Amino acid sequence: MELLRVATAGSVDDGKSTLIGRLLYDTKSLFSDQLEAVERTSRERGDEYTDLALLTDGLRAEREQGITIDVAYRYFATPKRKFILADTPGHVQYTRNMVTGASTASLALILVDARKGVLQQSRRHAFLASLLRVPHLVLCVNKMDLVDYDQEVFERVKAEFRDFAAKLDIGDLTAIPVSALNGDNIASRSENMPWYEGTSLLHHLEDVHIASDRNLIDVRFPVQYVIRPRGSSGLGEAFHDYRGYAGQVAGGVLKPGDEIVVLPSGLTSRIAAIETMDGPVDEAFPPMSVTVRLEDNLDISRGDMICRPANQPSNTQDISAMVCWMSETSSLVPRQKLAIKHTTRSARAMVKDINYKVDVDTLHRDESAGSLSLNEIGRVSLRTTAPLFHDEYRRNRSTGSFILIDESSGVTVGAGMTLPD
Amino acid sequence: MRTTRYELTHLQALEAESVHIFREVAAEFERPVLLFSGGKDSIVMLRLAEKAFWPAKIPFRVLHVDTGHNFAEVLEFRDRRVEQLGVRLLVGSVQEAIDAGKVTEQKGPKAMRNQLQTPVLLESIENGGFDAVFGGARRDEEKARAKERVYSFRDEFGQWDPKNQRPELWSLYNGRHRRGEHIRVFPLSNWTELDIWQYIAQEKIEIPSIYFAHTRPVIKRDGMLLAVGGPVQALEGEEPFDAMVRYRTVGDTSCTGAVESLAASLEEVIAEVAATRITERGATRADDRVSEAAMEDRKRDGYF
Ligand SMILES: Nc1nc2c(ncn2[C@@H]2O[C@H](COP(=O)(O)OP(=O)(O)O)[C@@H](O)[C@H]2O)c(=O)[nH]1
Repeated sequence: MELLRVATAGSVDDGKSTLIGRLLYDTKSLFSDQLEAVERTSRERGDEYTDLALLTDGLRAEREQGITIDVAYRYFATPKRKFILADTPGHVQYTRNMVTGASTASLALILVDARKGVLQQSRRHAFLASLLRVPHLVLCVNKMDLVDYDQEVFERVKAEFRDFAAKLDIGDLTAIPVSALNGDNIASRSENMPWYEGTSLLHHLEDVHIASDRNLIDVRFPVQYVIRPRGSSGLGEAFHDYRGYAGQVAGGVLKPGDEIVVLPSGLTSRIAAIETMDGPVDEAFPPMSVTVRLEDNLDISRGDMICRPANQPSNTQDISAMVCWMSETSSLVPRQKLAIKHTTRSARAMVKDINYKVDVDTLHRDESAGSLSLNEIGRVSLRTTAPLFHDEYRRNRSTGSFILIDESSGVTVGAGMTLPD
Repeated sequence: MRTTRYELTHLQALEAESVHIFREVAAEFERPVLLFSGGKDSIVMLRLAEKAFWPAKIPFRVLHVDTGHNFAEVLEFRDRRVEQLGVRLLVGSVQEAIDAGKVTEQKGPKAMRNQLQTPVLLESIENGGFDAVFGGARRDEEKARAKERVYSFRDEFGQWDPKNQRPELWSLYNGRHRRGEHIRVFPLSNWTELDIWQYIAQEKIEIPSIYFAHTRPVIKRDGMLLAVGGPVQALEGEEPFDAMVRYRTVGDTSCTGAVESLAASLEEVIAEVAATRITERGATRADDRVSEAAMEDRKRDGYF
């Protein structure tokens, strides 16, 4: 069984919570005590039907205000796949939540209300999904029951969305007409829309091809931790001189015998073995966590990068990136200094320039912006205190991403995606 | 292990993620500690830690917050496991805190010691100078947990502020904190109860016997089956009876209920979990039933 990470997006009241409740319900991922609690609350509020949206509104504040304030994770499974769903709220001020949810997602579900069509917010969600390089996008045209399951409405919304999406870099887009409330085209094809020839949403989630989303070409192994059993490991002499480089493969396929180069030293060696507690493996690929041993004893530490001599990442202190600013209390301005975390490297960064700010609704670039405030996205030039071994984000989401941290509060204030130099 | 087409199973992917988290913490923190209760989640967590650092030993200590109301089988298991791994066990004792007058026990026959765990946990963290505390919580357990980060920041009072959480993107974890503050780390965030059981089966991990069906005297209280003995004694109108039960979670005996079950093997437990329609905490934890927001309130106060 494979794992698929999904992010959801939709404006308030488009039916996102209902859709998620429906997915949980239809995959039997709901438990009777959860259902009972929801039924009870629904009754107490005087709802006419059980409000499945209540299932996903976790925190007290949300229950009180009837809104969703933060990213929540949901889990459901079918016999084919296990799903991790990042449920992100759709309010204007919560771009940062969608960016967060989309950062790990292989598929984004974007909801629109069939009656309202593609709103500014839907455009924003599509833009963010493409910015974060979510490889698969599904447009759910919801509340089809309220437009008499009319094919024309669906086609119109779909065309509108495609027009906008064409301006973005979106790999794979599928549109599905649904009614989250009634379950049409959620778990199975709906008889109310015989004109729809595609698959149900759940079927699509089970079948979408995700194996080729990863970068299996450029070998990238950021060294995370050096394993050196000391003294009384209880394992005897066999491990006396053991020195292994532990980490999670960020790109490519590593094999014993491969010639490698270590950055920043530039020293070369060969892979002697790739090990795990369960025994050696003959191939390691993303996202496996393994321990690599080399034939030569090199001086390697956390933050170094193992790759192939003929295929190396960019190695510079000057980084260009799209940055989403996430701080409620400060703005990003030129000359500002921040901590930066990229793969297993930490350094400091200075903002050299804010090249432009993107209007997430029109995609217009404002070159006179000069700063980024909460939920704003722009192209930024940074200078770092140490070189970062990075690839363009669109080529590798692991080696192309970084976070910016405010040095005094310690809070994560920015998310960056590297661009070609 | 031979893998074709470069695919991982969901358990392999979850394991890889958890191992990554352990190594990240070991590399970036000075004094991590792992909360180990002898329950199935913390057993899986300990196995993942073992994998993360093999062939070296786990480079941190384990901590058990002991309410004093334990299942004997679980304590025995805890000690044996710790011994096997060669890690050092610290015990934070709720009983000692009560005896020393640091906390006050609830009164009455239905008293629970769960709330008392929080101050003892916080004191253990403070005394040990721990800056990262691994917990076995899963996001599928409960609604408030569904929103918690893998790295969950705690202030000097150990409090969680759900409205003020740090954004957590990709697998880039931010462990910044000042002295006195710490980070709770949840390597099992993305695991579900079924994943845990499947992993226990796949890895042939030993677990305490109380997870399998056995006969024991119980009483029915507030819709839950509680084992009779120690703090739990039959009240008026409660009639102890023998039942075939097993436990889905392991906690304080005064508030952890058993479920009726015939599942005597791992395969049977997995089949049962896969078919169950009552969430783990709902079936067996009186502490979460107090109110819809019970867990959220306890988490704010520093509970795990
Ligand atoms: N008729 C109809 N109503 C829906 C549908 N999906 C959601 N709703 C209703 O739309 C309202 C908002 O839904 P909710 O799921 O809370 O939206 P969210 O804000 O996007 O999470 C609720 O009253 C739902 O019952 C649908 O497919 N058809």
